[in-house]
Amino acid sequence: MSRDFIRQLPGTSEGYSGRTPVFNWFNVDPLLFCILAVIVSFGLLILYSAADASTSVIQAQCVRLAAGFGLMLLVAQVPPYVLLRLAPVLYLIGLLLLALTYPFGTEVNGSRRWLRIPGLINFQPSEAMKVFLPMVMAWYLSDRHLPPGTKPLTVGMALMLVPFGLILMQPDLGTALLFAASGLLVLLLAGLSWRFLMGLGAILVAAAPVMWFLIREYQRQRILTLFDPERDPLGAGWNIIQSKIAIGSGGLGGKGLLNGTQSHLDFLPETQTDFIVAVLAEELGFIGVASLLMLYGLFIFRGLLISVQAQDTFGRLLAGSITFTFAVYVFVNIGMVSGILPVVGVPLPLVSFGGSSLLTLFAGFGMLMSIHSHRRINI
Amino acid sequence: MAEPLALKDHHLESQIYIERVAAGALVVGLLFLALLARIGYLQIYEYRDAVSQSEENRIQVVARPPVRGLILDAKGLLLADNRPSRDLRLIPEQINDVPDTLQKLQAVLEMSLEEVERFRSLAERQYRRFEALPVLFDLSDAQVAQFEANRYQFPGLFVSGKLVRNYPQGELVAHAVGSVRRINDQDAKLINATDYAGTDHIGKLGVERFYEGTLLGQVGYDQIEVNARGRQMQTLESVKPVNGRDLQLYLDVGLQAAADRALGDRRGAIVAIEPKSGGILALLSRPAYDPNLFVQGISHKAYNALRTSVDAPLFNRAIQGQYQPGSTLKPFIGLVALGEGFANIKDKIEDPGWYQLPGNERLYRDWNWTKTDAGGHGQVNLQKAIYRSCNVYFYDLAVRLGIDRLSEGLSRFGFGAVTALDLPEASVGLLPSRDWKQQVKRLPWYPGDTVNLGIGHGDVLVTPLQMATAVATLANRGKFVRPRMVQSSALEQAPSPTQALGEPLSQALFEPIIEAMEMVVHRGNQGFGENGTAWAYIGRDIEYRMAGKSGTAQVVEIEQGEVYDASLISERQRKHAWFVAFAPVVAPEIAIAVLIENGGGGSEQAAPIARELLDYYLLESKPLATAMTAAGLMP
Repeated sequence: MSRDFIRQLPGTSEGYSGRTPVFNWFNVDPLLFCILAVIVSFGLLILYSAADASTSVIQAQCVRLAAGFGLMLLVAQVPPYVLLRLAPVLYLIGLLLLALTYPFGTEVNGSRRWLRIPGLINFQPSEAMKVFLPMVMAWYLSDRHLPPGTKPLTVGMALMLVPFGLILMQPDLGTALLFAASGLLVLLLAGLSWRFLMGLGAILVAAAPVMWFLIREYQRQRILTLFDPERDPLGAGWNIIQSKIAIGSGGLGGKGLLNGTQSHLDFLPETQTDFIVAVLAEELGFIGVASLLMLYGLFIFRGLLISVQAQDTFGRLLAGSITFTFAVYVFVNIGMVSGILPVVGVPLPLVSFGGSSLLTLFAGFGMLMSIHSHRRINI
Repeated sequence: MAEPLALKDHHLESQIYIERVAAGALVVGLLFLALLARIGYLQIYEYRDAVSQSEENRIQVVARPPVRGLILDAKGLLLADNRPSRDLRLIPEQINDVPDTLQKLQAVLEMSLEEVERFRSLAERQYRRFEALPVLFDLSDAQVAQFEANRYQFPGLFVSGKLVRNYPQGELVAHAVGSVRRINDQDAKLINATDYAGTDHIGKLGVERFYEGTLLGQVGYDQIEVNARGRQMQTLESVKPVNGRDLQLYLDVGLQAAADRALGDRRGAIVAIEPKSGGILALLSRPAYDPNLFVQGISHKAYNALRTSVDAPLFNRAIQGQYQPGSTLKPFIGLVALGEGFANIKDKIEDPGWYQLPGNERLYRDWNWTKTDAGGHGQVNLQKAIYRSCNVYFYDLAVRLGIDRLSEGLSRFGFGAVTALDLPEASVGLLPSRDWKQQVKRLPWYPGDTVNLGIGHGDVLVTPLQMATAVATLANRGKFVRPRMVQSSALEQAPSPTQALGEPLSQALFEPIIEAMEMVVHRGNQGFGENGTAWAYIGRDIEYRMAGKSGTAQVVEIEQGEVYDASLISERQRKHAWFVAFAPVVAPEIAIAVLIENGGGGSEQAAPIARELLDYYLLESKPLATAMTAAGLMP
């Protein structure tokens, strides 16, 4: 960007956007902000029911949301060219932290995903890496000739594959795959040829039988369960069977908030986290789910519009990949809960109870806003 | 070669980007539509299924079994009631380690191999979620205490209390009342599972079986909301059970006990009927068994011992035992002959001690025939033929009547048919006829068959119940009343008590026959060969008038020219002893049939038993009436 010619209106350092001053001061996109606020409120409502009307859960979630909004506003103040310069540094730090999970990570359920500095902080480096990867790839591709040739493609893939490998070895297949997807998205948006993508697809299909033996037993169970939940109705199939019953029994209008029998009598698992959309479906019915999907759609649409309006390669690629990754998360979560994808531990963005994934999301949204509000004038 | 300096083409980049975003947006749109379609499919197309599944998940219907109706004797004494019992039950889902739990359980409670096997098969069963299945039955206080003290070791196991059938009279009324058994897999196929929800037993024999619907009652239920771990949250709906109705029998336990005492250790059966109502006052079959053994499930070993015993304690001789009636059939044949005009009181025949069919060499002997031909009853009329039990008279009479009239006439007394109203296991007996012999034996009816039938031998078979019923018909002077266990007042659906079997005989015909039967008991001090056959045994000191008839049924054929000698043949091949009676002769209150298997002579062995019962019933069991009579308050 430093080599680009920057046009600015005289007397403004932050660029011109022509919007309401209040939002302008905080570099906030009002539309994105409003949709976000509606989704988050809706999410709190669902969580309230999923947590059996527990105010402590809602309080904890509000604290996290507040932190998220704070982070978003903070990031929004950082101009894109600073983000650009920070990208490689953050990536290297992220890589280091990821590597540190091997000797120092806390083991939970047989996988070392967490770094814990006692009394201070407790976080997943892989979550941070979800933001750092699109940044570093956008940084790398921003001054390459696009569509990328063989060399930038190779380097870009390498940037993605190193942390991908580290996450895979934690092991955390679900996160690794979604992580890889966000990296691939950057390449795709940069103009990666369809032929390359198809070739990659073909390789994956060819490798599938080998993969089948490489993945773990519980993962094989999850995939088998997807195709036939009844094969182990009280074990592996239980979650998905109960989830489908919860969704189906909601019907068009739902059983009413707090009235979901599947949710409140504990037939449905993980109601506050991964399966929260089943609570929504049971209690507010098809109308509730469709409303949420519509809100997500609006948000994604706004995000994509921002990315299209971005004026340099870095901003475009970063904004686009953040938005599409968000869309992928929504699809994977609801797809899993409704039984069209295997069970992977992916929370429903902005709605599920949980901290670190929320912060990652908000950091991304902050970048979206920064990219949009620090635009140069359209000529 | 130096790589040409490539300038960034911002316009192209932006164009590519917009294309890619458009494609991406399209894909995202399609994926979201797919999600909507999927959710819509589940929520709209599969809505009904999902609702019923979610209801099934959360609502557990817990049956409230009704209390089985009591069975009482005529005086209100309990024959079958319900006692509390505790079972050990298990919930398969809550047992994590079956072998481990089993091992620990065996350390606490003693378990037979059968019980261990049942535990294994139940613990591995996937039936209805969180249903409690019974493993061990009827735990003692000590067992309950031992289990409860170690309760923490047994998640998924618990002791539950309930009412089970109890027969306070035990063996005494086993064959009269029947019993309930634990519902097995075969029963389960035949019954409506809903009616028996929470009920483990079903009436399998006798009154318990016949009145199953009345005794069972109607099941109630609680609809309980449960969570995924089977914990009960609240009761949504509750329907109370309707308890089974009590049944009062005609059976008199006092009489039954008197019958039991009188029969002692001998194998046999006694049936007593109230002629007016057909109500069965006593129904005894010995040896018997303790019906309580079957309530909680008898071990295979114990059951096999009962089943294979030579004494056949499970066999209900009173209603299923089929025996030749012997001479007890004679009064009925006499009646048939009077009715058909083939005999009258005055006609006499000469009995030389044997009978021969014209053109046949075979001798049909009288019971007092001797090898020296010194026997015979001399001049015999119908009444003498009955009180002396003359065979030759009835050989001759039967042959003159012919099988067709004989067979038809005897059927009017209920022979060859099940007439019992509520004894489902009763046997039909056998009343031979020309058709029967042709169809079953594929042989023509021979005159010799008729000769044998004349004295109740040959193919004819009757049960003690049929005999008692026929005697009750005699006592009623021809009015046939179906025998029954349960007092009809207790039942709404009481069927008509009378069933006419063919044209009833004229009442006047009965008196000479009944008079002759009275002589069997009361005619005495008339010199050798002139007394009633039972007089010497029971008739000397009797306080009331009684009509009776003895009978002796052969178990093995005796060769031509041989003499029956009880000491020469094994006990099981000795003759069966019969005695039938009713009393008082005027306005009879009780009709009775006594059978002693391999008992020997009817008058000698069976008649005293009949006398003992009639004494009890007419004199002892009505102390009030007797006292009033004695005090001159009653005529």
